Order: sequence, then C-alpha cells, then structure tokens
Amino acid sequence: MPKSAYEIDQQSESVERYIVVAWVDNEAGVLARIAGLFSGRGYNIESLAVAQVDDERNISRITIATNGTKQVVDQINAQLLKLIPVHKVATYPIDDTSIFRELALIKFVAESDTLKKAEQLCIDLNSIILDKTPKSFIAQYLGTRREVDSFIKKIKPLGAISISRSGALAMKKGPETVKDNKGKVL
Amino acid sequence: MIYKKKLALTYLKLDPVQTSVKFNLREKMTNQLTGAEIVFKALEEHGVEYIFGYPGGAVLPMYDQISKQKKIKHILVRHEQGAGHAAEGYARSSGKPGIILVTSGPGATNTVTALTDAYMDSVPLVCITGQVPTHLIGTDAFQECDTTGITRPCTKHNWLIKDVNKIAETVHKAFNIATTGRPGPVLIDIPKDIQFQKGVYKSSKEIEIDNKKKIINSDLTNIEKAVEMIVKSSKPIFYTGGGVINSGPEASKALRELVKLSGFPVTSTLQGLGAIPGDDHQFLGMLGMHGTYEANNAMHDCDLLINIGARFDDRITGRVDAFSPNSKKIHIDIDPSSINKIVKTDLSIVGDSLTVISEMITILKTKYSNFNSSNKEKISAWWSQIETWRKKKSLSYKKDKKLIMPQQAVEKLYELTKKQDTFITTEVGQHQMWAAQFYKFKEPNRWMTSGGLGTMGYGLPAAIGVQLAHPKKLVVDIAGEASILMNIQELSTAVQYRLPIKIFILNNQWMGMVRQWQELLHEKNYSESYTEALPDFVKLAEAYGAVGIRATNPNELDDKIEEMMKINKPVIFDCVVKKDENCFPMIPSGKPHNEMILGPDDEEEISEEGKVLV
Repeated sequence: MPKSAYEIDQQSESVERYIVVAWVDNEAGVLARIAGLFSGRGYNIESLAVAQVDDERNISRITIATNGTKQVVDQINAQLLKLIPVHKVATYPIDDTSIFRELALIKFVAESDTLKKAEQLCIDLNSIILDKTPKSFIAQYLGTRREVDSFIKKIKPLGAISISRSGALAMKKGPETVKDNKGKVL
Repeated sequence: MIYKKKLALTYLKLDPVQTSVKFNLREKMTNQLTGAEIVFKALEEHGVEYIFGYPGGAVLPMYDQISKQKKIKHILVRHEQGAGHAAEGYARSSGKPGIILVTSGPGATNTVTALTDAYMDSVPLVCITGQVPTHLIGTDAFQECDTTGITRPCTKHNWLIKDVNKIAETVHKAFNIATTGRPGPVLIDIPKDIQFQKGVYKSSKEIEIDNKKKIINSDLTNIEKAVEMIVKSSKPIFYTGGGVINSGPEASKALRELVKLSGFPVTSTLQGLGAIPGDDHQFLGMLGMHGTYEANNAMHDCDLLINIGARFDDRITGRVDAFSPNSKKIHIDIDPSSINKIVKTDLSIVGDSLTVISEMITILKTKYSNFNSSNKEKISAWWSQIETWRKKKSLSYKKDKKLIMPQQAVEKLYELTKKQDTFITTEVGQHQMWAAQFYKFKEPNRWMTSGGLGTMGYGLPAAIGVQLAHPKKLVVDIAGEASILMNIQELSTAVQYRLPIKIFILNNQWMGMVRQWQELLHEKNYSESYTEALPDFVKLAEAYGAVGIRATNPNELDDKIEEMMKINKPVIFDCVVKKDENCFPMIPSGKPHNEMILGPDDEEEISEEGKVLV
C-alpha cells in the first residue's frame, strides 16, 4: 500500500503480521487518536485490545494486531510515539520469543443430540463450558490466533451460532520487561 | 459508575443552596480567578503580544478580559481562517508561537485549514476555542461542534477542558508542546461555563511537564560517522529545509559556517530558503519540481546527500525509486518519524539542526583540521560538473516588449527591495514558485509560504501577522489574482490596524498552475481555470481604504514598484502579466530529477502513470 502517490519501493520487504503495543495515559480521546492515526495514514488494524493496566499511574495498554513491511511497522511505531499521551511503544513480531493469546466465546443452540456431540468436541479441544441449558451452551476457548481460528473452523459446522472474539494480547518471554523513561516497569 | 458520580458532583456545585457555601470558600481563598482570567494570566506569563481572533457567543467571557488588560493586543480579523494564517505569519517571522482565539462551532471549523497548514509546515500555534457550556455538550446545541474530534488529526495535541483548575496547567503544556521538538499547532477547547467558574492559577514553574518526548542528545558517534562520510565524499551536496529555519537564526549561521568550511554545494527546499543567502556562489537554488537544473542534477548524481531538516517531500523527490540513486544518504531531523518514511537513509541523526551542525563543525575543526584545503581538489571535478549544469541557465525566460513577464515582475521587485530588510509571503500557485525562484533571500524567517498544505489565501493574512511582528519593515505578499480572492476580506484588517502591507498580484486571469497542468497533462482541456469576472483591483483597494496601483507595461514597472514602496498604507499592486506563461523548469510527474523540462521547446510526452500523480 503506497503511502504517497510516489510509490515506496517495497519489493525487497515482505508484508508480515506484527503486534504493536502502546502504553498510554488513560484519558478521553486517546483511543480515537490512535485509531485516527491508523485510518488517516492507511495502516491496518486487524484486532485491538485496550484496558487500563495501572490505576496508580493511570496507564492503559493498547495492543494492536497489524500487518505491513518492516518499514511500515517502524513508521507506525514512530508515528505512535509522536502522540502526546503515548509513553512507550513496543513491536512484537509473530515468533516464539513472545506469548500471544486471544479469547473466544462461542454459543451453541441445537437439539440435544447435536448439542452433546458439540459439547464433547469442545471439551476434547480443551475449551471450557461456561453456561449450559437443555437447548444451548457457551464455550470459552483460549489460544493463539491460529489456534482460535482452527477451533472455530472445527466446531462451527456443529451449530455454533454466535462467536465473540477478543483482540490479541502479547508479552515477551523471559524476564525482559518494557520500562518507561523513568525506569519504571510498564 | 464513576462517570455518574462525577456528574452528581457537578450538579451539586450548581445547586443554589451549595452556592452560598461556595461563596464563603471563595472569600477565604483570595487567589481565585475565573477561567477566562486564568487563560489571560497564562498567556501573559508566556509573553504573548498579540492574539488573532474573532468573538462569538461561546468566548464572550474571554473577550471580557481583552478590554480589561493592556499587555495583550487583540487583532480582529474578518474570518477565522485569516486569524490562523496571520498567527502563522507572526510565528514564522518572529520565532514565537502565534495565538488564535475563536468561538465554538463555525469559529472553530473555520480555523481547521490554518491548523492543518501549520501542522504540515511545522508552525507553532496555540488556538483557543470557546465551546458550548458543559451541560450542553453532545446535545447538538447552537454553534456546537466536536472541536477536539475535528482538529485531532491536524494538531500536535488538543484538549477539551472540563475543570477550571486544569486551565493554567493545560495552557502551559500547550505552549511547551507547540514550541518544542518539531513545532506545530495545538488547540484548547474551553466550555463557556468553565470560563466563568473560579479556580486557582498556577504558574508554569509550579507545573511538572513530562519531558518524555524531549529529544535526547543526539548520538555523538553517529555525528562522527557523518563527518567521516563528509570527509570521504567527492560528489557531496547539502540538502537543507525548514528544520534549519525552525531551529532559529543561529542554526542558519552555523549552516553557513559548515557550508563554507566544507566548500560543498548546497540546495534548499521551498521552506528552507533564506538559511543560505540566495546569491551565495555555493547555493544552487531551490530543488524539486520547480527547482533549478543544477540543483536537481546535483541531487541525482551526488555520492553523498546530507539532508538537514528536510523531509523528502514528494515535491522534492519526484520518482522515489529513481531518486539520487548512487548516493549515501545522511538524514538529520528532529522528528524520528521523518526518518526512513519516504527514502531509506544510510545514517540518521535525530536532533535539532543547530546542535548537530555545531557538533559537526567542532569535529571537522578538531579531527580534520586540514580538511578545508585538502578537500578543494577532491571536489573540484564535481564543481566543474555543476558549473556546466549552471550554464544551462534554467531560470531564463524570454522578455516581451509590450507585456510584463511574471518572472520579470518578481525579479524587478527583488532588485528594487533587496537593499532593505524585506519580508515576503505568498499565496499558492505559479506566482509562489516564481517568487521562490527569483527572490533571493539573505536571511532566514523572511519567507513565509504555504508549502505542505498549499493553501491558496495564505499570503494576505500571513503578511498581516508578519507586519505586526516587524512594524517598520517592508512586507510584500506576492499573490495571484485567484488566490488573493480567497481571503481578500483581511485587507479590511490591514486597513484597521494601519498595517502597510503590499499585495503584489501577478494577474494573468488564470489559475496559473491549474492552467499549466491542464496544458501539459490534460490535453489543454482548460476546464474552469479561467476567471471570467474579476474585480477591478485598484477600485477594490480603494473601497477597502487601501491604495491601488496597476502596471501593464514593462517600462512602467520600476516606477510603479517604487511608488508602491513609498506608500505608508496597505497597497494592492495589480501587475497585469502575460497570460499563458508556464513555470519552468519542471520535473514532470513520475520523472526523476535528471529528466526536467527546461522550457516550452523542451516539452515531452508524460506517461499515463505520471498523469495519475498529483
């Protein structure tokens, strides 16, 4: 995707998936600033997860799954850092140096026979049943994006009628942490 | 839940029974001020001289303050866009932030063009907007708009203030953000009830501003590496931009020293003009789409490109994949997001131009003390190549006996005004490029033009701001007859405040640049680019209380320009020029730097791909 009429040479770089994490002041309009930056500059948001993680310092952690070449992702990084409420930005390439998690809730409504089969399959696939009635149940599944994708693909034909998915979360493996400019762990 | 609690508290405050309690409290706390008073106290603390504004319902409490104090003078514009550009002109010519005060709704939306313009060209502005009272926000109230929502993408930051005690802190932060790092506009939206409420003033010293964004000292090892590359190069060029101007006049001085010390050729972007004297032998003129033949060819053929405070804008690079193909590239910029955005660089230094240039000079002088002499021979072949390009005289044009050529008009204006310290603003179009090509600036901050956004209607209000900052100096807005009509109402402002700005219109009756593109790129389909009905600019000037002068013949140009310069009032100079002159040289869309069109005899086919580009 060219960022100006004069195309940027991207032949040497391939488009890949990245998780971008921004630590921001939890204030009015901060999500709009970030979403606006992505839409205004033509970047893609594949999924998004936002929540306050530090109520003392009033900091939220925004996790965005996006895709682009390394150059585009570096640019996203630099552009995010220019926003005043953004303290720190980190990029997580999709590899085995980090943990990635997404959550899905799936509701099944069916006759008892099919329902039983579906429930068994869900349990076999390591999901948890959260709610159960004679005509329905809700399963919770936790995993990487690919695992959630494949779980949904398997159970959908058995009568999954409502699917809710969260954005991705990411964290670096090992003792390494991201710190703010005052040296405090974020 | 928390939100509800907060709402309940607000209602409590408004409760009449509680008000008497609040009054007692107020008496005890002697330093309580209204929100509007706090705003003005904060502006005073930051040394504000002028506010450019327009009153309206939602800012009336703040307008009460204007008549109650004497330190800050309000300049009443005729349209809020004019306030914005005037503030830009003030800021760019003085180095101080420009202040705008407008009302809610249309007042705010009318400033959007100016804010975007300032954002693109990195001009520090603080815009204060009134907003409908807090309890009406979100109800589609009269003159309500989502000001912070609308201006979010065109400001460095903005705030909607919901607590009177946050005003002082926010104003201090606003000045800090607008003027540090890469400068830019900020906006503070203040609801009318907050302007009336009483609160505490805090001075900027009492406030901790989180400097997490402040640029850390530039990497010294990278500066050393850069100097090493400079010493090794045999076909170098400096490519400097607005960053040098924004870094202050000292940065231009340092750049001149570096350029002299190295003996390297230097070219400048539109916004960087004035950092190097326009008549300096080492200066190759402006580069880019309408840059000189020597500047663009030197950019294309160089082996080392040193970018100081420029951003590889598309008007500069032309085709990116054919941009300066054989050079190592050093990029010095205060904004980390400018680096590797368009052109990949071999070495990048994030920092302020002045700091980095000074550091480079020190390293050159200490580590490479014989560089100046040893270097001359090394780059002599490069200079002789540049001289052959120079001989093409790419800015030459054919004069006419009966008609004034637009280039000639600017050239004459330059010749006649160069002895005095002159400030030039422009509108946008052919006249702007001719001004950039033919007016040779000796000093920085003398050239105010809308480069990034390309806003027609910029020059007249900008000239007002410039004249206020420099009351005794000559200020000329080089304009086109189409652009000037976009903010002509501001002539009334100039007359009111007795600002003797000169509006020098190159009048060809066409939207010249549109006509030129239609001729070259759209099979001469001159759709809607001719203005059938234009005002009589001489009478128009008189109607406003200004002076009108018209020149139609090349022989009378000198006398009339001199006449204009003698008048101590706003003047419209209607310079009637040849109608169909094109602005050359030109890099056509989709072409690299070394494939320029030099003049009308040189025109060639532009590819279908090129036509799509802007």
